[in-house]
Amino acid sequence: MNALIISAILGVVMMFSGILLKQKTAVRNVAIGGIIILLLANILEMGGTVFFTIDSRGMIAFDQFALLFNTIVFVSTLLYLLLSAKEIEKVGVNYADYFALIFFILCGITLVSSFKSLLILFLGIEIISIPLYILTGSDKRNLKSNEASLKYFLLGVFSTGLMLMGIALVYGARGTFLTVPDPLVTVVPNALLITGMSLLLFSMAFKVSAAPFHFWTPDVYDGAPTVFTSFMATIVKAAVFIAFIRLFDDAFEGLQPQWRLWIAVITAITLFVGNITAVFQQSVKRMLAYSSIAQAGFMLLSLYAMNTEAKEGLLIYAAAYCLATIGIFAVLAKMNDYTFDGFNGLARREPLIAATLTILLLSLAGIPLTAGFLAKFYMLKATIATPNSLWLVIFAVLMAAVSVYYYFRVIQAMYFKEGNDATTGFSPFFKWTMVLMASLVILLGLFPDLLLNWLYF
Amino acid sequence: MLRDNDMVAFFLIILPLLTGLIAFSLKEEKVVKSFAFLSSLATLAVSVLGLTLMNTEENLQFTAQWMQPIGSSFSLKLDGMGQLLCLLTAISYPLVFLGSWNASYKKPNNFFALMLLAQAGLMGVFLATDALVFYFFWELALIPMYFLSSQWGGEKRIPVTFKFFIYTFVGSVLMLIGILYIQSKTVSHSFSLNAFYVVELSSKAQSWLFWLFFLAFAIKMPVFPFHTWQPDTYEQSPTPTTMILSGVMVKMGLLGLLRWLLPVFPIASYVWGDVVMSLAIAGIIYASLIAIRQDDIKRLVAYSSIAHIGLMCAAIFAENKSGMQGVMLQMFNHGINIIGLWIIVEIIERRFGTRKMSELGGLAQKAPVMAIFFVIIALANIALPLTNAFAGEFLMFNGLMNAKSNYYLWFTVLAGLGIILAAVYTLNMIRRIFYGEVNELTAVATDLKLNEKLALGIIVGLIFWMGVYPQVLLDVTDNFSQELVNKIDISHLFRKQ
Repeated sequence: MNALIISAILGVVMMFSGILLKQKTAVRNVAIGGIIILLLANILEMGGTVFFTIDSRGMIAFDQFALLFNTIVFVSTLLYLLLSAKEIEKVGVNYADYFALIFFILCGITLVSSFKSLLILFLGIEIISIPLYILTGSDKRNLKSNEASLKYFLLGVFSTGLMLMGIALVYGARGTFLTVPDPLVTVVPNALLITGMSLLLFSMAFKVSAAPFHFWTPDVYDGAPTVFTSFMATIVKAAVFIAFIRLFDDAFEGLQPQWRLWIAVITAITLFVGNITAVFQQSVKRMLAYSSIAQAGFMLLSLYAMNTEAKEGLLIYAAAYCLATIGIFAVLAKMNDYTFDGFNGLARREPLIAATLTILLLSLAGIPLTAGFLAKFYMLKATIATPNSLWLVIFAVLMAAVSVYYYFRVIQAMYFKEGNDATTGFSPFFKWTMVLMASLVILLGLFPDLLLNWLYF
Repeated sequence: MLRDNDMVAFFLIILPLLTGLIAFSLKEEKVVKSFAFLSSLATLAVSVLGLTLMNTEENLQFTAQWMQPIGSSFSLKLDGMGQLLCLLTAISYPLVFLGSWNASYKKPNNFFALMLLAQAGLMGVFLATDALVFYFFWELALIPMYFLSSQWGGEKRIPVTFKFFIYTFVGSVLMLIGILYIQSKTVSHSFSLNAFYVVELSSKAQSWLFWLFFLAFAIKMPVFPFHTWQPDTYEQSPTPTTMILSGVMVKMGLLGLLRWLLPVFPIASYVWGDVVMSLAIAGIIYASLIAIRQDDIKRLVAYSSIAHIGLMCAAIFAENKSGMQGVMLQMFNHGINIIGLWIIVEIIERRFGTRKMSELGGLAQKAPVMAIFFVIIALANIALPLTNAFAGEFLMFNGLMNAKSNYYLWFTVLAGLGIILAAVYTLNMIRRIFYGEVNELTAVATDLKLNEKLALGIIVGLIFWMGVYPQVLLDVTDNFSQELVNKIDISHLFRKQ
């Protein structure tokens, strides 16, 4: 509850900070201070100190899983702001508003990570989505940004409609919005419930950009200002995944036979489309957009398996994926040339940046010693424990091998090719934050218990 | 966390790892070279200690807690094969550094640091008795190798080494699936090797798991038809890297077969043994025939390596003690011999700027010492009596003759054909490089430098020592081979029916 209230308050504070504070640095520092307060408040709640108690009538439950995920989100956002806050200011004049919107999105994330009622889920998803539409179009003079925003808005609203319809149908079948229904009332899986569940499944698949509902993703990610793409592709996407797995774990566990095959098919298509299309990209930004689809495919495996390991794994995956992708986007935002050739010879000019970037890319590719490997490892382990899923596992690892191809193209460009000077400088602070991220990735890859022990306090 | 007195295995990994990380920060080329050389000598000393003074059960094991919740622990063990291969790795590194002392590289600190990191990875693969740890090191040995080859290699290095990386990566992730599946079937949900050995698997499950694992190892060795990355990678890599790749790294695949494949899937190994042996033998013939047609020395040696590995692979699937002991001995000998060959190839390439045999000739007149060394090592490569490879190959052929397979005679005869072909291309190579007319290029040739003489002298010494008295090494692996043969014996299954 701490994080929910404080993030909402901080959003308002940030809106006014733009008026009250004249200096850009001051606004930025307020935002970074705010996220630190948010993080501390959330960690305190994990230890049992709750500042606010509001009777939500069982619609919200801040359990350890939700709180741990919130911590991951806040740490990622902190690192994100440390690396990219300056870039946010460059996007437009109303820079304070962008920070405010980010805090509102965080507020929505705390809702979707802890909902016990379909209404709260809907609220959370909307609180996340609407600021994102604005952020996508924040580069007002750029036609691509406007186009992306409109596209995202229209398709997003459509999928929200589907979700609302699904919620209504599920309510009709069950007579309650609560995701964990009264165990005394047995509900037969009738057509109403199945249809409602399918609609929810499709709309959530749209939000996490799972194929075949992914068509908005490359254009929106490409068109949006790079700093916001970074936020959208990592933190927001992970949050929607948590909502996805909570929804199907709580509300539809009994219907697993009905949806498991759907998920398997969606997973396979997502992995295929994401990985194969990423191979053919020339722009690193677009490659990362498709890579985010591919990584979503791997995360979907946790939904398919739906056991303890899958849930633990999803947390590690969220952390590993957010850390790595935020770091790569932060460097990308400072490049003048977004193609693979833009990275040529980076290792010679900026050995430290190149080395940390390599570690992050290796993590995304799932090479051992990095968090990305353990994340994939948990997903595969969870999936292989479910019967008759060998084909999916083999398909997934083959696709992971394909992903090596496009991640390594960046590494090859940095290390083995001669390059031109196409970067704006990296400040020492930026470099050390990157080193911090790379070391976090390796630390998590060696000792996942550091993260997972929090689950079992 | 640590038990006392169990540090030999641990040191073998941590020493190159730490020195490798330190080497990144050194700047002077001379300093880095000496530092790496000293580090490799220290590792060698630890390895020899493990074989001699500290050769007790508890000294050679190491276990530390790690990733307890998912059933893994950081456990290492120096068994017979582990001792042998760690010794090979430890001997190879000083030889490689010594032999290529005169070569200079851009950014020498990164070069030597990555070489040492690769050594740590290799040691880890040879020592791990936990499947997850094994997988970790399996990949970790690959990454520095990839960077070494891509950064300091020949013209076509980028696509070629990338192909190598993707190939091995595909193999290893398939193996990961197998590991995960077996782990889910073990009683205690553990990754430990002993749990893998007692796991109950149906023969159908064994069959497909066998291929998942075999693919990973077959790509690494490489066995025909998964060898296509190998000649290109050997050719394009900088020669010190090629030495490690061919001398030590291919042993990862063989060790995988011996430790992680045969004892875990004894039924499937018996069932598919004929298929694998056919592939291996086909590889011997195929690679030898191609080697005859090569003009580039590096490619010739690369193909000859495929043939040798094929023979070892076939002998492993003969599944008897003689074959196993032969393979153990030959793993060591092949490593030494091929490093010797590469050292001379590297010298030739550095002096004359070419590796084409058609452009060389008459070197024996100008560089007699080099010629003598080369001839000895080349003859060892074709297993002439009194040289090291003879003992190994003799045992392997003995193993093949006693194989349980119905087609053992065919396998033996065809593999024997490989030996003859090996003589053809090796003697031809000697003739074309060292005899014949002296041309413009070779007219200004100089003989070996001191460090090169030293490295090659040690190699030739080892060749004769192991050729005359291989018992030293056979004793090391004797128990291991016997236990392995007992583990993969499935005759009790037939008796029941």
